[in-house]
Amino acid sequence: MKIKFPRWFYRLASPRWFYDITSKLLPWFTIIAFLLIVIGTIWGLVFAPADYQQGNSFRIIYIHVPTAILAQSCYMLMAVAGAVGLIWKIKIAHIIAKSCAPIGASMAVLALVTGAIWGKPTWGAWWVWDARLTSMLVLFFLYVGVIALTSAYEHVASGDKAAAVLALVGVVNIPIIKYSVEWWNTLHQGATFKITEKPAMPPDMWIPLLIMIIGFYCFFAVILMSRARTEVLRRENRSDWVKSLVERY
Amino acid sequence: MGHFASFADFLQMGKHGLYVWLSYGIGLFVILYNILSVYWDRRQFFKQAKRRLKRESKSI
Repeated sequence: MKIKFPRWFYRLASPRWFYDITSKLLPWFTIIAFLLIVIGTIWGLVFAPADYQQGNSFRIIYIHVPTAILAQSCYMLMAVAGAVGLIWKIKIAHIIAKSCAPIGASMAVLALVTGAIWGKPTWGAWWVWDARLTSMLVLFFLYVGVIALTSAYEHVASGDKAAAVLALVGVVNIPIIKYSVEWWNTLHQGATFKITEKPAMPPDMWIPLLIMIIGFYCFFAVILMSRARTEVLRRENRSDWVKSLVERY
Repeated sequence: MGHFASFADFLQMGKHGLYVWLSYGIGLFVILYNILSVYWDRRQFFKQAKRRLKRESKSI
């Protein structure tokens, strides 16, 4: 059976269309990301009250939680984009998947490092081989694997395919990260935000956290679009519109 | 200033100044790295593409 998509769907898949639309979106996302992260950081560092058990070390949450969430969302996007690329052979999907990997890896590192720094005063150890921490480390290695596979082939399409398959297999790790704090006995505390419940902290603590999470998502969008744009240029360098861009540079 | 009595208090973060500032410092570093790598990547593409265009126009 051949599925027919509306015309805009195919336009969406065109690298040039992507390049044009993102040049309009980028400034807005940049401004919003900047404002939200600045407001969230100041609110979280200066105005949020200290935790009654953890004192001021809890302020690490404003980096740790947004980056940990983002590392996982970025992985899901990378896997979905990889699948779309595999099934419908859409160029831009592979470009997005490839651009996700280094950003996700950096977010996973940041979540792991801030977690370690937070763990020292809270648990008395930088690192424990606990389910949550270990599955997060596996996430980082999956990103590294995807990055390595993408560039391991001389033929771009082969690298894209191999990386997409690895990304899809690695999706298994995402529910493990999410439920690790419930399935296993763990040092790591449970989720801060749940859709069904009110957060177990005062608004002065969770509002800046929410602001930081949205801010980091916008920041991710900015970096992802920018990386994907350069990748579009690289892969379309034979086309006239890219040549004229290069000439004007 | 906000939750803290003084600026010195703010820097000290109770007993946790080292941990908090180390985390935020590394956070800033990772954010800047992401931004800079976009710039470097883009500049490198344009440099290489320009060189190739020149070469090709000469050989024709």
